[in-house]
Amino acid sequence: MSWLSLLILIPFATALAVVATPDSKWYVRRWVALFGTGVVLALSLVMSLSYMQAVQQRGGDASVLTISQMEFEQSIPWFKSMGIEYHVGVDGIAMAMIVLTAIIIFTGVLASWEVKDRSREFYAFLLVLVTGVFGVFISVDLFLFFLFYEVAVLPMYLLIGVWGTGRKEYSAMKLTLMLMVGSALVLVGMLALYHAAGSQTFDLNKLAMVDYSRDLQQWVFPCVFVGFGVLGALFPFHTWSPDGHASAPTAVSMLHAGVLMKLGGYGVLRVAVYLMPEGAKQWALFFLVLTTINIVYGAYAAVRQTDLKYFTAYSSVSHCGFVLFGLCSLNLMGFKGAVIQMFSHGIMTGLFFGLIGMVYGRSKTRDLTKMGGLSKRIPWLATSFYIAGLASLGLPGLSGFVAESTVFLGGFFGNRWGDATTMRICTLLATSSIVVTAVYVLRGLSRVFQGPMTKSEFNQMQDATIPEKLCTGILVATLAIVGMYPPVLIDLIEHAILPIANRF
Amino acid sequence: MTGFLFENAWMIPALPLISILLIGLFATGSNARAAGIIGSVAIGTAFLLTCGLGLSYLSSAAAGASAVTWSIEWLRYQDHLVVSMGTLIDPISLLLLFVVTSVSLLVHVYSIGYMAGDEGYSRYFVFLSLFTFSMLGLVLAPNLLQMYVFWELVGVSSFLLIGFYYTLPEAIAASKKAFIVTRFADLFFLAGILVLGFFVHQLVVDPAWGGVSGTADQSAAATQALDFATINSERVLENLKGQAGIFGLDLLTVAMLLVFIGAAGKSAMFPLHVWLPDAMAGPTPVSALIHAATMVVAGVYLVARLFPGFAASGDALDVVAAVGCFTCLFAALIACTQRDIKRVLAFSTLSQIGYMMLALGVASAEHPAGLGAAMFHLFTHAFFKALLFLGAGSVIHAVHSNDVADLGGLRKKMPLTHATFLIATIAIAGVPPLAGFFSKDEILGAALDGEHRLVFGVGLFVAALTAFYMFRLYILTFLGGHKSDGAAKAHESPPIMTIPLVVLGVMSVCGGWIAVSQFVLPGVELHAHLLVMGLSVAAAVVGIGAAFWLYGGQSNRAQTMAESMGGIYRLVQNKFYIDEVYLLVTKMIFRFIAAPAAWFDRHVVDAAMNLSATVVRWLGARLNVLQTGQVQTYGIWMINGTILVLLFLWLVQR
Amino acid sequence: MFPTPTITHWLTLSALLFSIGLYGIFTRRNAVGVLLSIELTLNSAILNILIFNRFVASDDVDGQVLVLFIIAAAAAEAVVALAIFVSFYRHRHTLDVTQANHIYDQGNRTS
Repeated sequence: MSWLSLLILIPFATALAVVATPDSKWYVRRWVALFGTGVVLALSLVMSLSYMQAVQQRGGDASVLTISQMEFEQSIPWFKSMGIEYHVGVDGIAMAMIVLTAIIIFTGVLASWEVKDRSREFYAFLLVLVTGVFGVFISVDLFLFFLFYEVAVLPMYLLIGVWGTGRKEYSAMKLTLMLMVGSALVLVGMLALYHAAGSQTFDLNKLAMVDYSRDLQQWVFPCVFVGFGVLGALFPFHTWSPDGHASAPTAVSMLHAGVLMKLGGYGVLRVAVYLMPEGAKQWALFFLVLTTINIVYGAYAAVRQTDLKYFTAYSSVSHCGFVLFGLCSLNLMGFKGAVIQMFSHGIMTGLFFGLIGMVYGRSKTRDLTKMGGLSKRIPWLATSFYIAGLASLGLPGLSGFVAESTVFLGGFFGNRWGDATTMRICTLLATSSIVVTAVYVLRGLSRVFQGPMTKSEFNQMQDATIPEKLCTGILVATLAIVGMYPPVLIDLIEHAILPIANRF
Repeated sequence: MTGFLFENAWMIPALPLISILLIGLFATGSNARAAGIIGSVAIGTAFLLTCGLGLSYLSSAAAGASAVTWSIEWLRYQDHLVVSMGTLIDPISLLLLFVVTSVSLLVHVYSIGYMAGDEGYSRYFVFLSLFTFSMLGLVLAPNLLQMYVFWELVGVSSFLLIGFYYTLPEAIAASKKAFIVTRFADLFFLAGILVLGFFVHQLVVDPAWGGVSGTADQSAAATQALDFATINSERVLENLKGQAGIFGLDLLTVAMLLVFIGAAGKSAMFPLHVWLPDAMAGPTPVSALIHAATMVVAGVYLVARLFPGFAASGDALDVVAAVGCFTCLFAALIACTQRDIKRVLAFSTLSQIGYMMLALGVASAEHPAGLGAAMFHLFTHAFFKALLFLGAGSVIHAVHSNDVADLGGLRKKMPLTHATFLIATIAIAGVPPLAGFFSKDEILGAALDGEHRLVFGVGLFVAALTAFYMFRLYILTFLGGHKSDGAAKAHESPPIMTIPLVVLGVMSVCGGWIAVSQFVLPGVELHAHLLVMGLSVAAAVVGIGAAFWLYGGQSNRAQTMAESMGGIYRLVQNKFYIDEVYLLVTKMIFRFIAAPAAWFDRHVVDAAMNLSATVVRWLGARLNVLQTGQVQTYGIWMINGTILVLLFLWLVQR
Repeated sequence: MFPTPTITHWLTLSALLFSIGLYGIFTRRNAVGVLLSIELTLNSAILNILIFNRFVASDDVDGQVLVLFIIAAAAAEAVVALAIFVSFYRHRHTLDVTQANHIYDQGNRTS
């Protein structure tokens, strides 16, 4: 059995173990969950190291490949009549996403250390959700990919609807429905590819060898792009995100913005761009303009928000725009930047939402205008918040800069199929968002943490507890490591990006 | 260029970085006092290393050469666009290294006294070390992107230090303003990097092009598009100059202007100067280090680094000259009217950096004297301006007020501060044989040599203005009688604060005797202009005389004169209302872009999504009528349906 | 004398019986009437089985055995139905089947 299957078995087994815990001992569950996710985290790190080794051993010149090279492959026939297989394997991109997911769920469990209300179901759903996410990243078979994709999206409805705050039912319903519409589009696209290939297989790499006709790609590409784009907060299908994030409990926001939104970008890269280069060439410029709107518009909309979660959600809309923007540049740097941004934004936004949860737990409000001067009482949280904020405005030394500069260069270098001037103007517009980001980040943070203390109750606040320190510490360290020494991430992903970039 | 120090020049920026870690780990809580010592020792070691590096550079045969002595791959964008972190050693980087480490060391030492007892003591030293690290990284950068990386980092450390007193609303506002204004400028810098990155890369990968040297040599494989060595090579510049950019400018000019906007933001050139005066809300030693001696001259350094590009473009250099010229005049005028001791110094800094830019602008590929003069002025200015700020800090520390109306008569109370402040004032005024005279003289000489008569005239006038406003400040602060209780009770600062003042005082006297220009531009002939010397001394004397005439003694001449000028005086005193214009523009952006965007999202995009949901629900409600809950109705539908199907099948069968 | 009834006659009878039952099911408002009508359709089905047993495979008795089972099941079904009616009557004080739709849109009903 492949090690990869452990990535879905361990979270699932942990979910079952959580369900089996006795009623009276709610505190056992968090330890069980922490243990399970800790094992997954360790496993993912070990696997990424052995992945790097495997790539080196395989050798060969990656600059001529056009088919993704998977490692740790395993394939078991499942529905033979339709050619569906349990086929798992990873390349560097998936590996990076797996590490991201493992970090986020581990810290997510730490961030929900104090969840007592129906904690059994909470942790169980959380772990099932993560099982789905891991499943998506390890799937090579498109059918399996879609199956896990749905597994990842659905528990979200319950997690928000039951443990959320505010207009939780509305938000949960909106989120689920919009994502389902996206899934439907994706499914249509996948089936079209399956049938057009005519070779009775859902295997990604086998489908990649098929020469689809231009006409087919022309309509399937936008279908799949928009379908995944909904999850990646593509304008104008992003509105589930502010409401959804605002209503979701802390760990769910972390996981959702940190990992689930990345499934969108990942799907676009793996399915739309990889399988349909011709379609991508035709549509890239159109979607590039759309994602530019995403970036700029999300940033401006964030400037006006007063709720910390809405604020971060709009910032996510803007930052996820960078992912899709990079993918639309259709060149090596664009793809590379997009993948780095997925990782970087995942960690960063996980940190943001984790911190918002911690601050909210203390201040009992998320309204920026009602807070002030908190850094005196909660220096640890304030410092972490500032680091997250600086990462989000693309400060060098933190991962955001690595991602954004790569995306900008990718956009500016452009490609042969889009109008160069339009692409450059779009890139410069996207670049201009770094100023707007600076405005809203500094405005938001200084409101909350600086200035005179606005309420006397705030004086009673306690700084971060040990689980909270661990949670924020891990995320901050990840941001800093990738930001200060980008080769740790670039070496992991580059080998996997080349085959996709070589198709253009 | 080999040798232990060259190959390990990375240790110089690494030392402050280590000090951050050490302070963060050990100097917390009750051990906070250790922070200052750790920081000072680290930067002191870096200073010694710099001195060693400088000495071995001077003594080696490589003097005047430039080389990347150490580098590691940092960010691999794609082939020929691999960014390394490295150390570039050449005369100007060594010069800046010396300035940064020495001033930083003195500021660290001074801060031990100045910040004593502050609750953010160790936080302060962490930020200060962070700044020093970033600034050293910036100085040593061998490529444009490393420059940008540390450029942003100095920006953020400046932001953190300006907002150090985070409970004061004006400090927060100032820190945000500084960050956002420089960030706005950095946007253009980044755009410049994108433009240079793309077009230089295009050249480098073109097989027909054949390397920066013009022959297809082996080193072409290792050529990285963003290295200064590549960008500054003649062939690249020539090629870029030949390509059309936008707005009828050639590509090189476009790229250089974009980079210059970045430089202008960090160096607070008009119209991006608005953040610097407000930045004085930070602790005074910070103003001395960051906002006078080091970070604000980063723009000058950047232009000097890309000087071949600016020189090749020509038009870009004229813009540099014009902006520098205007800023130095503009800021000097405002400095004459300010009442806050630190603000006078801030505007003086603006004016002096304008001077450096002006010097760069009058230089050219044939007459590079201005480049040497700019570096020389950067060097001398760092010492006397840091001294002025630290002296001002000493005064503020003693009197607890920034307003000249509260100061006065401190000459007897604070003799050491007074003496060093006076030295710095004479130095900046350009009186021989102190430092400022030599560098200023060289700039004016370069302007005259480069046939820039207007620039020369403005430079001379600003020299007089400088002497005037500095002596005005000196007289109001130290001479006359006490104007407040604070001033009456003032006493000299502790030795830990006065020793740095004395050291800087020595540098302000002797700094001008060092032949910095020859070091920066070996082999360039500099001829002394007796005429220029005479004129600049005369300008200084006129300025000093005017200051004593207006402010010395008990006369009300200054006030009468201000009143007689009326509107103009108020216009200048209010800094030409530039801040208000910016405020208006930012408000407009908020009101007409951000607010509509947020509204649009909720009321149009989201409403459209909700509308689709509503339509589905409405249709559902209409169809719902069929769903009566009556089994009998369902049955009838079923039977009728069956009959229809059978009928259909029967018809088809026939 | 009457002519010997053929399979067509018998089937016609069964179809009539079924139709009457069906009509009753859809038009009767009284639950007991509906039940009676259901029994009619059921009996028509039983009749069909017997007819085919008699005319198609007259040697076997499979059809008759099956019918016995069906009659037993029908009796059981009638018992269940009557029990539901009793319960329904207790709740609603009526046996009108048009009132038996509160599974549909419960929120709109207050009774």
